[in-house]
Amino acid sequence: MNAANYLYLSALLFTIGAVGVVVRRNAIVVFMCVELMLNAANLSFVTFSRINGDLNGQVIAFFTMVVAACEVVVGLAIIVTIYRSRRSASVDDASLLKR
Amino acid sequence: MMTSNSLVYLIALPLAGAVILLLSGRRSDKWGHLLATALSASSFFVGLYQLSLMLDRTNEERPITQKLFEWISVGTFKIDAGLLLDQLSICFVLLITGVGTLIHIYSISYMSHDPDRRRFFAFLNLFIASMLLLVLGDSYLNLYVGWEGVGLASYLLIGFWNQKPAYATASKKAFVMNRIGDMGLSFAIMIAFATMGTVSFTGVKAAAEQTSTAALTGIGIMLLVAATGKSAQFPLQAWLGDAMAGPTPVSALIHAATMVTAGVYLITRSNFIFDAAPTAQLLVVIVGAITLMFGALIGTAKDDIKKALAASTMSQIGYMILGAGLGPVGYAFAIMHLLTHGFFKAGMFLGAGSVMHGMNDEVNMRKYGALRKFMPITFITFGLGYLAILGVPPFAGFYSKDMIIETAFNAGGIKGIILGTVTLLGAGITAFYMTRVMILTFTGTSRWDEEAHPHESPWLMWLPMAILAVGSVTSGYLLSSGDALVNWLSPLFEDHGEHEELLSPIIVSTLALTMVAIGIAFAFIKYSLNEVDEVAPSDVSIFTKIARQDLMQDRFNEAVFMRPGQVLTEVLVKTDEVVIDGAVRGVGRAALGSGASLRGIQSGFVRSYAMLILIGAVALVAAIWVVVQ
Repeated sequence: MNAANYLYLSALLFTIGAVGVVVRRNAIVVFMCVELMLNAANLSFVTFSRINGDLNGQVIAFFTMVVAACEVVVGLAIIVTIYRSRRSASVDDASLLKR
Repeated sequence: MMTSNSLVYLIALPLAGAVILLLSGRRSDKWGHLLATALSASSFFVGLYQLSLMLDRTNEERPITQKLFEWISVGTFKIDAGLLLDQLSICFVLLITGVGTLIHIYSISYMSHDPDRRRFFAFLNLFIASMLLLVLGDSYLNLYVGWEGVGLASYLLIGFWNQKPAYATASKKAFVMNRIGDMGLSFAIMIAFATMGTVSFTGVKAAAEQTSTAALTGIGIMLLVAATGKSAQFPLQAWLGDAMAGPTPVSALIHAATMVTAGVYLITRSNFIFDAAPTAQLLVVIVGAITLMFGALIGTAKDDIKKALAASTMSQIGYMILGAGLGPVGYAFAIMHLLTHGFFKAGMFLGAGSVMHGMNDEVNMRKYGALRKFMPITFITFGLGYLAILGVPPFAGFYSKDMIIETAFNAGGIKGIILGTVTLLGAGITAFYMTRVMILTFTGTSRWDEEAHPHESPWLMWLPMAILAVGSVTSGYLLSSGDALVNWLSPLFEDHGEHEELLSPIIVSTLALTMVAIGIAFAFIKYSLNEVDEVAPSDVSIFTKIARQDLMQDRFNEAVFMRPGQVLTEVLVKTDEVVIDGAVRGVGRAALGSGASLRGIQSGFVRSYAMLILIGAVALVAAIWVVVQ
């Protein structure tokens, strides 16, 4: 199978994720879109690893997963705290710093 | 040179008086004036004691010094605060403390109704101490300290009644104009230090021979600037008339007898510089000649008795400066005129104060008249001073002023004839305006205000006047008999041998007396035979109008220095506001403005931030892609 197809898929997933981050209001959905972007990037890394025939890209994919896991922990904690205090998970409502 | 430990008392005594009176406050109101007078008198007696010691020594041993302390010590450059008492300074010491003490005594009575009499006496003592430091300093730098001190005392005393804004302005004017002269003195000291490496009198005198004429001329001109400021000489003369705002004893002591003669002292003390710098010496003579006519002309038009006397002081100091500018032959005569002038002018100022005392502080001579009968002692003492300033034999001015006229004539060539003529004319005009003062004040019919009750002053006031009148009569003869003063001072000045005589003394005296007689006659015809107007007539010639305005000196200063100065200041202030402040504020405004416009993007919406990040990332990738391609 042509490796380029994986890259097209990766680009498609990344675009979906990016549009989701920009368009959606719900923090959980935004969060999931971010995960989607990260995984799109992971897919690119693994693909390039396969194309180049070495393990560097796969190693970086693991790093990305670890970072993503940490990010989920911190991010979910923030979202839950915001929801508790404001009874809303909309990212547009969390604009206190501007005022 | 011999040293002594007692010189410092001359200065320390009056200085202690000033300190005690100023620090003790109202507690010393009752006895402060007595203490100040006693300290001034004791300083006079120390001076007399020093004179008696000096008389016992030979010419070479007469100067004595006292080192007070090491003042500045930087590497090889050392300046000691030291005092020098020689034949020249002892003359000044006795004049300052002697006349000073008499004026202290006079002031006890004159200022008795003033609530601030203690402060007045403190300032008087401060003045005496500063003036003594000026004449006793053994280097230009020490002299400079005294020079500034008398400037301060003069400022404080002119503005003594500073509750009147005009008087406060007058004191400020005197101070500011004196600063110009002080600047000249500091420049002279700097040039002397740069070229000779020393500022002491002995050091400069020794180094003067090896110094270039250009440097000496520079020092001389700067010293002359200093002298014109302190001695109210052309072109820095405008402050003296306004300085009459001070109490009359101050005018007598500071602005007639002592401080204003500091310029003559400076030039005489720096004789070794001026003798080696003919250009500077010529300028001294020119300044003296201009001022003596300038002052005399102003004197003819003044109705204020103190301002008329001030103009006369200016003119008489012009004589002294002229004499000092004539070189070794003239120094001694300048000093002699200075001493006699100290007596008769101080006496006349005290007389004017006495008249004002009896006339409710009226100074307009057109409101006087016929005071001879009511103030006989004032009339006699003032009259003796009047005869002295005119140069009528055998009064003091005859000896001193005729000597200057004679020396001026004998200066040689065209210079001698011009100077001689100017001094003769000056003598004539002096006779005119002084006779005018006498006639308007003491003779004729009374033109007093209704509430005026003229009366003779108390003895505390007329006693100093009487003593000064005795000095006005005898000092000239005493100082010139057997060339006493000339011989006394001769070791200080290098004599360049005999001088040609253009006119013999007899002819000069005859000419001078003729001029004086003409001046008196004019004044007599104008003011004694004709009615005197109570209000100064306004339909007068243009010359009188100009003379009444002090020969336009203030207008000239305002037009040439003040207005351009104000314009310059305004331009500088505008430049400061627009350019410098503008740049500073511009930086702030640029930061604020860019911040304000950038703040618009900070919407607070997380999604728009994410959008911007995305756009940025895409733009970055695109840019890299373009570059790599």
